[in-house]
Amino acid sequence: MSSPLTTSLDNLHPGEKAAISSIHAEESLFQRLTALGFRAGKQIEMVRRASFNGPLHVRIGTTEIILRRSEAHRIQINTGL
Amino acid sequence: MKRVALLGMPNTGKSTLFNRISGASARVGNWPGITVDLMSAKILMGGHIAELIDLPGIYDLHGFSDDEQVVRHFLEHNAIDLVIIVLNSTQIDRQLSLALQIRALGLPSVLMLNMADEARRGSISIDIQAMSERIHMPVAMISAKYGEGFQAALTLAAQSIASSNMQLTLEQINSRLQADNVLEQEMESIVRDSVQMPAQLTDQTTERIDKVLLHPWLGLPIFFAAMYLLFQFIFTAGKPLQDGVAWLLQMLRGGVLEPMLAHVPTWLHGLLLDGIYNGVGTVASFVPIIILFFLIMSMVEDSGYLSRAAFLMDALMARLGLDGRGFVMMLMGFGCNVPALMGTRVMRSRNLRLLTMLVIPFSLCSARLQVFVFMTAILFTPQQAPLVLFTLYLMSFAAIFVSALIFKGRYANSEPFILELPPYRFPTPRQIVLRGWQEVGYFLRRATKFIVIGVVLVWVLTNFPSGAAPASNETFAGMIGSFMAPILTPIGIDTQLAIALIFGFVAKEIVIGSLAVIYGLQGDALMHLMAHKLDWVQGMSFMLFTLIYTPCLSTVATLRTESKSSAFMMLSIVWSLVLAWVVSFVFYQSARALGF
Repeated sequence: MSSPLTTSLDNLHPGEKAAISSIHAEESLFQRLTALGFRAGKQIEMVRRASFNGPLHVRIGTTEIILRRSEAHRIQINTGL
Repeated sequence: MKRVALLGMPNTGKSTLFNRISGASARVGNWPGITVDLMSAKILMGGHIAELIDLPGIYDLHGFSDDEQVVRHFLEHNAIDLVIIVLNSTQIDRQLSLALQIRALGLPSVLMLNMADEARRGSISIDIQAMSERIHMPVAMISAKYGEGFQAALTLAAQSIASSNMQLTLEQINSRLQADNVLEQEMESIVRDSVQMPAQLTDQTTERIDKVLLHPWLGLPIFFAAMYLLFQFIFTAGKPLQDGVAWLLQMLRGGVLEPMLAHVPTWLHGLLLDGIYNGVGTVASFVPIIILFFLIMSMVEDSGYLSRAAFLMDALMARLGLDGRGFVMMLMGFGCNVPALMGTRVMRSRNLRLLTMLVIPFSLCSARLQVFVFMTAILFTPQQAPLVLFTLYLMSFAAIFVSALIFKGRYANSEPFILELPPYRFPTPRQIVLRGWQEVGYFLRRATKFIVIGVVLVWVLTNFPSGAAPASNETFAGMIGSFMAPILTPIGIDTQLAIALIFGFVAKEIVIGSLAVIYGLQGDALMHLMAHKLDWVQGMSFMLFTLIYTPCLSTVATLRTESKSSAFMMLSIVWSLVLAWVVSFVFYQSARALGF
């Protein structure tokens, strides 16, 4: 079910929180994301976005992670918490 | 002998634990089935003599990343008596999956939950008894950094060493690893029953430091200022140390070796002193700079700032096929290429690392700077000289960018750029010193033979056939210079300069000294003669060539040992020679065409 509140992680603004709804990635990327705590249902927070279209800094639970926008685009989130 | 493997996720302090167990006795070694070096040490473990191996940090055993492949091949080719799994206590809620995978493989194992100190600070409590019962392996909480719980954990590990070792096939690894979601559910259930942790753990200090260091506008200026300071420190502290080593070597030569060898035949005297002893001296001169570099690097790396630098610089570096950490190593290369190449080990994707190693040698290091300062003083006015030096620095960056763009397709990096940002930590002095010690040992063991052979070879080229005056046109080097004339004349380099370039292959520090030997003059007289013989276009062409072609034998030796590939080393040498020639050719011919 896709509601208007569903978007991809790269659209989240600093300080905002959302829940991960799904991850659309090939197996290698999917495994890496899973190992770092990206799982459906988990809450994720955007900490900051680097200048010049650089990577994103996010927080899941106790882990802080940086990832490129292209990879963040593959992660669907639900902002209607 | 028993074989014990240390295995864990990245950033869990696995190597810190390895160093705590092994002390300074660790060695780098080759292992069957894998292409990277692993640290290992012989230790005493509960009455057994055991070989402890530090495996690369991995997230899981599926084998998508280069490091996961290394671990899988290691397990396939080496029988194991015990796996010590190291996980970060503060992230146990997601890291436990790795322990469950190891258990699924059926390997004898013990789980060490590291960073007990940080867990306590974050009000995380773990019931290790309950956890141990659920995952069917002994569990201990430790702080590898401060040694807390360390002895008890070792005793536990010694008791867990299996009576018979175990070797797996790849098929076994694959078949036992299926059903990830089952594993995940089990992990959640175990964590629910044995771990109590706050919903979100935020390190206030780290958050505050990051607000400044990763600031949208201040972040980059602070990064460059920090790099400049580190670079200056290595340079200013390293120079007197290198001079001191050179002075000691000179004393030993003049005071002991020369008198001792006064009566041996001239060729043997030359071989021993100008060949072998100079080779050893070349190796020794790198020792202080490598120690200093890794004292600094271990602080930058262990503190967590390196990942932050990657965050700041990634927007630019991604376009070059590199990442932000590569940029830090490139900058460090402006001090000295050798430790910068060794520092690329933090990059875990082999292709990314090779691409970075291919561009680092174009960083204008301090040895090349000496040549340029000398040449610009001869050929340019004091007003022009700084501008010329600045141009050479720009050319250095240009060579890096062009090479990265050309080769990024060949060394395409398939691993996703997803990095953990660990909280800021400060390494203990013990950790810092141990790192410097290990890296120097590694360089000495791996590079010495190669460098000494190279220096002896250049000595032969510049002193033979017998009867020829050293470094004259009649030596082999002179013959090569004359033979290469059709290639070198179009870039304004004559036979004398060609001989200097052959010397420069050993080290740029000796280029000026070699010019003195080649022209048979020293100091002011040498400068006058060169100013008379060369015009600025020739001089500039020579400097451009010197900037871009192979920096030195030590760099070549390091390229070979770090890449474990002679083909890669040859590619680096050939590509830099081709690029150097093309740049010098374009410059020299255009300048001449414009009437200079």
